[in-house]
Amino acid sequence: MQTETAPPPAASTQWIGDKKAQRSKVFDAFFSWATFAASWGTVALLVWIALQVGYAALPAVKQYGLGFIVGREWDTNNDVYGALPLIYGTLVSSALALLIATPLGVAIAIFLTEDYLPLKVRSVFKFLVELLAAIPSVIYGLWGIYIVIPITTPMGNWLNAHFGWFPLFSTPSNGPGFLPAAFVLAIMILPTIAALSGSALKTTPQALKEGAAALGATRWDVILQISLPIAASGIFGAAVLGLGRAMGETMALAMLVGNNNQISASLFAPANTIASLLANHFGEATGLEVAALMYLSFILMALTLGINAVAELILERTGATTRHL
Amino acid sequence: MDLSRKPRVRLIFSRAMDIAVGFVTLAALVPLASVLYMVVRKGAGNLRWSMLWELPPAAGMDGGGFGNALVGTLLMVAIGAAVSVPTGILTAIFLTEYSLGSKSARLIRFCAKILSGLPSILAGVFVFGVLVINRDLHLWGWNFGGFSAIAGGGALGILMLPIVILSAEEALLRVPRFLREASLALGANRTQTVLHITLPAAISTIITGVMLAVARAAGETAPILFTALFTSYWISSLHEPTASMAVLIYNFSSVPYDNMVNMAWSASFVLIFIVLVTNIVSHLVANRSK
Repeated sequence: MQTETAPPPAASTQWIGDKKAQRSKVFDAFFSWATFAASWGTVALLVWIALQVGYAALPAVKQYGLGFIVGREWDTNNDVYGALPLIYGTLVSSALALLIATPLGVAIAIFLTEDYLPLKVRSVFKFLVELLAAIPSVIYGLWGIYIVIPITTPMGNWLNAHFGWFPLFSTPSNGPGFLPAAFVLAIMILPTIAALSGSALKTTPQALKEGAAALGATRWDVILQISLPIAASGIFGAAVLGLGRAMGETMALAMLVGNNNQISASLFAPANTIASLLANHFGEATGLEVAALMYLSFILMALTLGINAVAELILERTGATTRHL
Repeated sequence: MDLSRKPRVRLIFSRAMDIAVGFVTLAALVPLASVLYMVVRKGAGNLRWSMLWELPPAAGMDGGGFGNALVGTLLMVAIGAAVSVPTGILTAIFLTEYSLGSKSARLIRFCAKILSGLPSILAGVFVFGVLVINRDLHLWGWNFGGFSAIAGGGALGILMLPIVILSAEEALLRVPRFLREASLALGANRTQTVLHITLPAAISTIITGVMLAVARAAGETAPILFTALFTSYWISSLHEPTASMAVLIYNFSSVPYDNMVNMAWSASFVLIFIVLVTNIVSHLVANRSK
């Protein structure tokens, strides 16, 4: 390390005025100021993002007011904009994804935190599960188009043909729709839910587990009656965070959900989400549509940031804050 | 604790659940295997070396490549990293070295976490509103308006920032307290301690975080879709629409021309190769430093 050279014994008073020491003092002040500026800059960035999107949305907010939220049309030619099908699509697709991913994620978390595997094998599995989150969403979309849709389409058509009276199966499948979108979305949020549930499960005190085992409890007696109840709020936080991720996910949905602004109870019907409409329309938008898209962005931001804040607060309280298994 | 059922019943149930969770974990890896298999089969199978430096083909034409998209992705990720890495590391230093445990540190960390949950498309929306929409935004003699590599890189930077902050913070927190104390006791000031003791001790873990941020940014599509847009030509400046691998994959994914669809798969292969290598290397580095 580089510190000031030790003061020469005879001239110690001179050392205080030494130029080098002076310079390092100035640099010290400058550096601490830089870290301060960077940190508050991050906070300012978040505030700026919120204000900028809100400000750009103002013309549309004035024009359409709250009617925007219940409007069902998105007609660029006549400047008629409504967000209801998009909000519906966003909520339904992410809820479906969460419904699939939460039980699977918790199962994976249990498998990778309770001592099933030798440590080395376990860390390989953890890494592979994390890799699921590393694959770019546009590649999931491509994979979804050529692998998932060809599987879900005949499935959907069969269910529609035999159980068409049931609202969830009420339309035939033309390919893109809620089902393939939610399936791929579930894969994408699975690592988040598994990792956070895993760290929640790890907070169970070893002594409790050992005590239960000594009473004759099996591994799953311990998991169901001790580990899971202790981890419950952390798992809940993980699911909420997964929901926030799912609602903001864009590309896989833009490629798989069908981009059709309709509200249908059927799992196989094409739909649209806020993020995927933004992706499809922003590039060519002009005039009032930009403001309408900003309004839409603001709704998405309020939904996702609100949900994330809730999730972070839950996770902070439970102490399960690490992102890794 | 309720152990009222017969031991044999509980034991069989427990074994069954053991098998179930193991099965679920293996099943979760099937999509991973399938994605990788498809990308290798369709992507690597069609990959020609010339794709790496040729321009995208016109609709329905044969040949071509994604050279300009590769350059665009690398360029925009570099711009994003240039903005976010110094800012992120400085923020992490502030959190761990200057304000550890304070209220403002908690607020800043909370904001970084919220920012890390910001849907990537909203980073694009924000940059669109600040830069792109002003077709003529001259600052310091540069035009920042319109679709550009700067806008795309900026949007990527916003997404990389919280990843860098949170991983660098974790890395710095792992440096033992006594190293800092020893340095301060020897007469070093705070900055000297940070630059010569704490940062070098944490640097390999910080680099891991930076690499993960880079890998994530390289695959992001939504934030650059309408900030950098796309072009079929080479770029000549930072102020014009810029192609990227991710947007090329998106644009070519559902066209009726086999050549372009195959090219989307080949581009996916190259992109996934970059992302996987980055992840594996950083995983190994992180494991070694533990």
